[in-house]
Amino acid sequence: MKPSKQDLIDFVYTEARLLDDRRFAGWLDLFADDGIYWMPLEWDQVEEKLTTSLMYEDKLLLRVRVQRLEGERTFSQKPKSRSQHLLQLPQVDEIDHENGTYRVYTPFHYAETRFDEQQILAGWARHTLCVVDGALKIKMKRVDLVNCDAPFRNIQLFV
Amino acid sequence: MANPSERIKALFKPGEVHRDAYLAEDVFKMEMKHLFRNTWVYVGHGSQIPNKGDYYATMIGDQPVIMVRHTDMSVKVLYNRCPHKGTQVVIDTKGNTGKFFRCPYHAWSFKTDGKLLAIPLKKGYKDTGFDKTCASKGMTAVKNVKDYREFIFARLNDDTGPEFEEFFGNSLSSLDNMIDRSPAGRLEVVGAPLRYSHNCNWKMLVENQTDTCHPMVAHESSAGTVKDIWDKEGGDGQKPMVVELVLPFMSSYEFFEGMGIRTWDNGHGHTGVHHSIHSDYSDIGGYVAQMQEAYGTERADEILNENRHNTVYFPNMMIKGPIQSLRLFKPIAADKTIVESWIFRLVDAPDTLLERTAMYNRIINAPTSIVGHDDLEMYERAQSGLACDGMEWVNIQRLYEEDEGGEQVFNGTTEAQMRNQFRAWEKFMLMTLESEETP
Repeated sequence: MKPSKQDLIDFVYTEARLLDDRRFAGWLDLFADDGIYWMPLEWDQVEEKLTTSLMYEDKLLLRVRVQRLEGERTFSQKPKSRSQHLLQLPQVDEIDHENGTYRVYTPFHYAETRFDEQQILAGWARHTLCVVDGALKIKMKRVDLVNCDAPFRNIQLFV
Repeated sequence: MANPSERIKALFKPGEVHRDAYLAEDVFKMEMKHLFRNTWVYVGHGSQIPNKGDYYATMIGDQPVIMVRHTDMSVKVLYNRCPHKGTQVVIDTKGNTGKFFRCPYHAWSFKTDGKLLAIPLKKGYKDTGFDKTCASKGMTAVKNVKDYREFIFARLNDDTGPEFEEFFGNSLSSLDNMIDRSPAGRLEVVGAPLRYSHNCNWKMLVENQTDTCHPMVAHESSAGTVKDIWDKEGGDGQKPMVVELVLPFMSSYEFFEGMGIRTWDNGHGHTGVHHSIHSDYSDIGGYVAQMQEAYGTERADEILNENRHNTVYFPNMMIKGPIQSLRLFKPIAADKTIVESWIFRLVDAPDTLLERTAMYNRIINAPTSIVGHDDLEMYERAQSGLACDGMEWVNIQRLYEEDEGGEQVFNGTTEAQMRNQFRAWEKFMLMTLESEETP
């Protein structure tokens, strides 16, 4: 499979829709086995593992999150949170068929709500995608929040 | 209405705390005015300000302060206001000010020990009696500052409250152990702190640091899910680092009973006297040999076999020696607290240790952490639940003994450390509260 520019754009929209529909198992399937979800703590952060991040999660940890969200005794999800992603048109930064690397950049606004509290986050998602068995998969989803250094309240779902 | 000291005394009985200690704004104001000024409060770490003129701006209780590296390389703590009109002199949390601070409003400037350096058009103050005003003294420096192995503490009140060594006593052994884990005997702050906003009283968070009866319950959703997945799929294989860090949260009551809790005077104490959830981590290649090289085999073993879990430094700090992390519970209002979680590099130790430290921090302490989500839910439900009339007391009576006080070791599920904190709370509240009341 040689994904087109439109395939890459569609992928990013589909991913957001799965999250907002709470179809988390399907969302998890979008990750390559060695895929990483990364949310840095600092502006322009380069270091991945030797400093604190808000999230730096392999597929095992993402699975834990997804299973926990549906858990009987997950008290912080009674009632459950809801999310909504508003995406700018994803910009395709790189198409490299030879190495199978594709990079997409997507500014977003994100709302997460539970009870009477709604928080709005804004930032930029950077997807690094690859092709596994004929399908696009996430190698790295990097989410930079514009207020990454703010004192946040719970962020329980996936930006 | 009872006078303030009577009001404070009435809030704490040996095994019970009145809800007003968590809910009432007047009590919170008294905490800021008395408790947070009579005690030694953590300000920051020396590695945040290695060079002359480096500064870090933070809060001690409700007081904005600047920690700065002075020209003689000592650390000064200054109140962050210009003596002229009150403008905060620095507004960013860190930076380098060079040889002096300069107020951005009228360009008054101050040496890094706070002393007034220059005022534009100074002749305008000639013969006005300016030299008799407090403004002429420059920025106010906090008199009592202690640099303990690069951990900077300050006591805001000049002449009340205990000296540093008297206040902390043997509890400094936990800080020592964290620092000694570096083959060079030094720590360095790494990165920015996680900042996590809670709509609850700061004391709930501090109490939870030695609450050993909640992990297997409140964290069943997070740690229990890790255990569930690992039990099904992990088998006998080598545990990934993350599994190794999280699984011990699901240990049995017996495990936590056996861990032990030690208390010290003035509200300090720690869990994990005999062993802890941090005891069974995998060896990091080369690290033990480095430690033996640096300290000798016997001393290195002694340092590394001490696996204290959480050490509470009263009033509002907690460290984890084996993880090299520090959490600061910053009070904002009676029902609002910001938790900062900092990590340290063990100077000269392998990077894998820092990788583990950073992983622990984001997995357990982040606002995006599922373990954090479990805890915040409980604190905020408690903050809301305490509004209920007809039941005005919080119970902290578990394994209560009549002769509690001083350095003692208990069964690991006791709430003795919470009681220890409240004894200290009353002591340091009353220390200046009673004297300001007119008889």
